[in-house]
Amino acid sequence: MGRSVQDSILLGISRRTVLKAGAAAAAVTTLPFAAPSALRAQTPVVKIGILQPVTGALAHDGDLGRAGAEMAINEINGAGGIKSLGGAKLEMVFGDARSTPEAGTQEVERMQAEGVSAIVGGFASPICLAASQAAARYDLPYLVDVGVSDQIMARGLTNTFRFSPGFGKVTQVALDNLTAINDKADKPARTVVLVHEDGLFGSGLAKLLQAELPKRGFEVLETIAHPTPARDMSNVALRIRSLNPDLVIPSNYYGEFVLLARTMQQQRIKPKGIYAILGGAASNGRFVKEFPQAAQNVIDCNHWHDPKNPKALALRKAVEGQGKSFAYNVSLNYSNVLLLADAIERAASTDRKKIIEALNASTFDGHIMPYGPTKFVNGQNEGATPINTQIQGEDIKVIFPDAFAEAKANFPAA
Amino acid sequence: MYSPQIILEAALNGLMTGAVYALIALGLTLIYGVLHIINFAHGALLTCAMFAVWIAWAVLGMDPYLAILPLVPLMFVLGYGLQRFVIGPASHGDDGNILLVTLGLSIVLENVLLALFQSDTRTLDTDYSFQVVALGPLLLSYPRLIGLGVAVVVTGLLWLVLNRTDTGKAIRAVAKEKLGANLVGIDVPHVYAVTFGLGCACLAVAAGLLMPTFYVNPRIGGAFVLVAFTVVVLGGMGSLPGALLGGLFIGVVESLCGLFLGDSLGQIGIFLIFIAVLLVRPTGLFGAKA
Repeated sequence: MGRSVQDSILLGISRRTVLKAGAAAAAVTTLPFAAPSALRAQTPVVKIGILQPVTGALAHDGDLGRAGAEMAINEINGAGGIKSLGGAKLEMVFGDARSTPEAGTQEVERMQAEGVSAIVGGFASPICLAASQAAARYDLPYLVDVGVSDQIMARGLTNTFRFSPGFGKVTQVALDNLTAINDKADKPARTVVLVHEDGLFGSGLAKLLQAELPKRGFEVLETIAHPTPARDMSNVALRIRSLNPDLVIPSNYYGEFVLLARTMQQQRIKPKGIYAILGGAASNGRFVKEFPQAAQNVIDCNHWHDPKNPKALALRKAVEGQGKSFAYNVSLNYSNVLLLADAIERAASTDRKKIIEALNASTFDGHIMPYGPTKFVNGQNEGATPINTQIQGEDIKVIFPDAFAEAKANFPAA
Repeated sequence: MYSPQIILEAALNGLMTGAVYALIALGLTLIYGVLHIINFAHGALLTCAMFAVWIAWAVLGMDPYLAILPLVPLMFVLGYGLQRFVIGPASHGDDGNILLVTLGLSIVLENVLLALFQSDTRTLDTDYSFQVVALGPLLLSYPRLIGLGVAVVVTGLLWLVLNRTDTGKAIRAVAKEKLGANLVGIDVPHVYAVTFGLGCACLAVAAGLLMPTFYVNPRIGGAFVLVAFTVVVLGGMGSLPGALLGGLFIGVVESLCGLFLGDSLGQIGIFLIFIAVLLVRPTGLFGAKA
């Protein structure tokens, strides 16, 4: 969007204006060298790297992540910057990870050369893995925004911090919450069919669920794998229909999730619940908007903002005002930048070691996630947790746990 | 074990999905039969057609089936132009050039689509997208039934064009004996371009039939074109009835394998057939003997 605005401005200006602007720019750029050092010190800046995949396969998510980070930076600068550094403004050094770990690493090297004090972002696990490793070579603090792979935190890198929950924690909480929601409704669900994409994410989750669900009183009737992209979901739906399970637990990406939900709707399959874990479309505003019937009552356990936090509601309004969906990566990037700014504020320095020390000692609670104050143990925020949402009407509502719930769970689905 | 009803329904689902495979393979086999080139850009061209249907729906509010009507001539012109001005001129000299040109074209098209639409998945919705026709206890997808009917009609029309029109006769003449056709005054480059255009027009129909129930992103064509290659080999390279029957057969095999082995393993069935046909009958079911 930035580029199109810039282009339209450039198209509308005259040659004389360009010449004038050029002369002014030349004067401004030479000024810092001519001016006394006291004058230069008046506008200190802290450079922070924001790494997101804004081109390639993950471009849509990267764009939303960048939007969240930008909003936090603007807010901090608007409120006077980093006060312990004389009101230093945060300056974003943006890096496009181009949806690959290799590009992510290259961008870390560039950010290092540009003198950033820390990096936030990465989005996908493989990018976060590679980028944080590259940052570790320079003791450069790296805050993972989403990347759920537990491997990211298992390497013991002292520069890497993750504010959001990892894969293991999400699955454990998802199962606990499912059991609690089912118990609360007098245990209507007992049998389950798992549908998963056959890559690292879906297969890993299915394996874990196969082992854990029986321990909690659920019977797994069948586990159905499918490729990505899947050309057809008719067979998956047929098998679900013939097994008639109480619950369907899908773990796949957006296109396949939508295809499955719509094919189930077509074949008139109505289980007592569709319970997704890190669901590809289950907490996606676009799915709700485009296919309200197929999306109805789908439950997800995923990253989500605290719906009772006024700051979160204000941010949601601002993001939706820009015509963007308020996805979880907006709130996670927004919160991560606030967390980092708080650490820099307390460190009162742009020294990387001091920022890492400040992050390790962080008890920051000014974010918009349902986590409570931050507590990092080996870089992982121990208080981070996913929560349960359900698509109800035209909205995605938090239904569990009760402390954050804004609506009652519609379970079993009517 | 599944009930006979579930197995029958899976087989019918496969038959209907196979009809779309057949349409995609129809274009591929026609181009191979006449130009003797394997068009690696076929998947990317299908993706272009799917995006065109999506745009017609999202921007102009056009029904995806109705969008087929203007898209067929548009895709024909695109295919004609590509053969006439890109593939044809670039393919002189070495046969390997054609392979590289079509492969390069597919990379260019895919990246242009990525630049224009990003990698985001797009879907469209119509009243009939997920409607079913109840046939006793069987629930059959309404849009896929339409797809089956259209595939049969399009194959028939293409057969009529090739057998009853002057252009069709010229295409067949070039396919059989290029030099001889040239000697009797047939404009071979023009016939090549018309054939490529017809192959792309088939993709326009397939795209219109796919979009009410499927999604599109810049890389989606690859998912279909691999199956289409198998269909072409099974049916016999260059054979139109072979493409139709091969498509339907592959659809059923894929569906039944998917039912019994799971969708991930189900695709193994297709490639086992592919290898078996290459070993036992390399000319395919309807292909001319070498």
